[in-house]
Amino acid sequence: MALALVSGIALGSMYGLLALGFYVTYSVSGTVNFAQGSSMMLGAVLCYSFAVTLGWAPVISIALALLLCAAWGLLVERIAVRPFAARGSNGWLMATVALGIILENATLFLFGKEPRNYPSVLADMPVDIAGVPVLPLQLAIPMAGLVIAFGLHLVARHTRLGKALLAVMQNPDAARLMGIDVTRAVAGCYAVSTAFAGIAGILIAPLFNVSSDMGTLFGVKAFAVAIIGGITSPWGVVLAGFSYGILEAIITALAGSAYTQVLTFAAVIVALTLMPNGLLGRAGTKKV
Amino acid sequence: MTPNRVPRTAVAAIAMLIATAMAARAEEPIKVGLVAALSGGSAKSGEGITRGLSVAIDEINASGGLLGRKLELVRRDDESNPAKGQIAARELIDQEKVAAIFGGIDSPVSLAIVPIANQSKAPYFSVWAAATNITRNGANPNFIFRVSAVDVLVDKALANHAMKAYQAKKLGLILVNNPWGESNEKGLTAAAKERGIAVAGIEKFEESDVDMVAQLTRLKSAGADTLVLVGNAAPGAQVMKSLQRTGWQVPVVSHWGVSGGRFPELAGPGAQKVEFIQTYSFFGPQNAVGKKVIEELKAKYPDIKGPADVVPPVGVADAYDAMHLVALAITQAGSADGDKMRQALESLGRYDGLIKSYDHPFSAENHDALGENDYIMVHYVGNQIEPVAN
Repeated sequence: MALALVSGIALGSMYGLLALGFYVTYSVSGTVNFAQGSSMMLGAVLCYSFAVTLGWAPVISIALALLLCAAWGLLVERIAVRPFAARGSNGWLMATVALGIILENATLFLFGKEPRNYPSVLADMPVDIAGVPVLPLQLAIPMAGLVIAFGLHLVARHTRLGKALLAVMQNPDAARLMGIDVTRAVAGCYAVSTAFAGIAGILIAPLFNVSSDMGTLFGVKAFAVAIIGGITSPWGVVLAGFSYGILEAIITALAGSAYTQVLTFAAVIVALTLMPNGLLGRAGTKKV
Repeated sequence: MTPNRVPRTAVAAIAMLIATAMAARAEEPIKVGLVAALSGGSAKSGEGITRGLSVAIDEINASGGLLGRKLELVRRDDESNPAKGQIAARELIDQEKVAAIFGGIDSPVSLAIVPIANQSKAPYFSVWAAATNITRNGANPNFIFRVSAVDVLVDKALANHAMKAYQAKKLGLILVNNPWGESNEKGLTAAAKERGIAVAGIEKFEESDVDMVAQLTRLKSAGADTLVLVGNAAPGAQVMKSLQRTGWQVPVVSHWGVSGGRFPELAGPGAQKVEFIQTYSFFGPQNAVGKKVIEELKAKYPDIKGPADVVPPVGVADAYDAMHLVALAITQAGSADGDKMRQALESLGRYDGLIKSYDHPFSAENHDALGENDYIMVHYVGNQIEPVAN
């Protein structure tokens, strides 16, 4: 049981990390990149290509992969979000999904058709914690999630940048009049959001495998997590991620794997009915 | 208008046209189709089947083809997706007019194509997918044939191996959550009952699952002493990685899905302890056909240096024999018509093949050319598949 919980927490932090990407763009622009799963895959595939195929140093590979993920985020925002958001259309919903599918198929061509193994020293030997064997990577993933959520919290509450971004969220026109470059702020948020997805991809790769469709299911679960967490609160999102992962593990361990998907997604519906604004989200003010 | 009032030149011209058209028809190749996973976690299986078919087709074409026509292979990738497999099968039957279709590793894809093939009277050959109800589908007439293992028989063989090699008394089943897993759930439960051993637990996983620790923990606490794994290479690897994390030392016997991809790479050291089933091994003493096929594979594919590089062996061997059986049927029927081929297949005589010498491989009742005695247990040694020493 303890073992299953460790696995659940590690997976839950993955969902949380991806969901933080939703939080970042939603809280500033009211839009999200629905292809977060593909962005996560991009991070893992790039890092694998640099570190394993080309044999570059891990630090360089990771940095470069995240940089390129951020660049991909800028591209997504520029071609799949900005043109639609500017017209007040919801076309970005479909456009981001479409771009994700294009990315996955392009990867299929360029990276290859077979899943590959991404070896990591952090996923080799389990260490013993209170009698439970735990891989170092399984500890690193929740840490990364918490550190990033804490960082976002600090930025949002205590920096000029954070205040400027919150201003954009509250009233883009007023923010623009105050001299805040709204367009750049939104683009920046997309870059950060896909970089988070990239981190998630690089972290999960050694526990899973690297392939063009590795992100699909993660993307769906992360979106559920973002909504449950109340998409406007970083702590809520991370907490929802942990809860989701732990719930999956507990259901599988107690009721059996046949019930995992049915019961976890049923729990999602119940959670949303009881807490329509998510765990820590605030109700949006509706102006009538 | 009476016939003798038709100008003779016109009759001659029409006759000429028909003759030319028929000559052109004779020149046209007979096409056979392959709908299999050519990408994704089981891409290696599709490549193996392609190689087996290609070597057989080269042999047939070198000896003059069939009915004076060349044989040609048309491949489609089903991406392990039943819907994509159906679209590909329809296209091959309607547009490419293939004489027969060969299927890939995925039972769910094959099961989706079965009704289409039966409706279109197009012979469909499973050369890997093992779900029992692919061939035993209740259709009459039945156009589905198989040169591969059958789950009900594989499950008996796996239970036998678990008992003989590991003195198993309580099997823990860890199965993929799809029709193929279900086919084996029935087969393994029945096989255990027949042999008077228990099934400690039945756990399922999804193709895309990352972590199976919870399922394995349940099997362990239920007292399983041997695990039986049914799944393809990528999720199978996740099972082995999860097993390694739990530190549970338990023997694993497996259906052959794991051999369809990069299992040793994906699963790491855990891959080597898995003992699984195949229909053929290119190791050890070979019959004349075996020697010939290895030489032909080496000549055609530069990456094949010896028997160890013929991976996955089951895909290559099953496809090779199936292609020759189809060719014999076309010759015997004197036609590539679906229904005539079906009747010819059901009354084929002897064929000295790679896996064995087939004698009346199919009948109206039995569409499975291989049986329980044609299976062997193997394991990975490095990246190579070698027979388990008994």
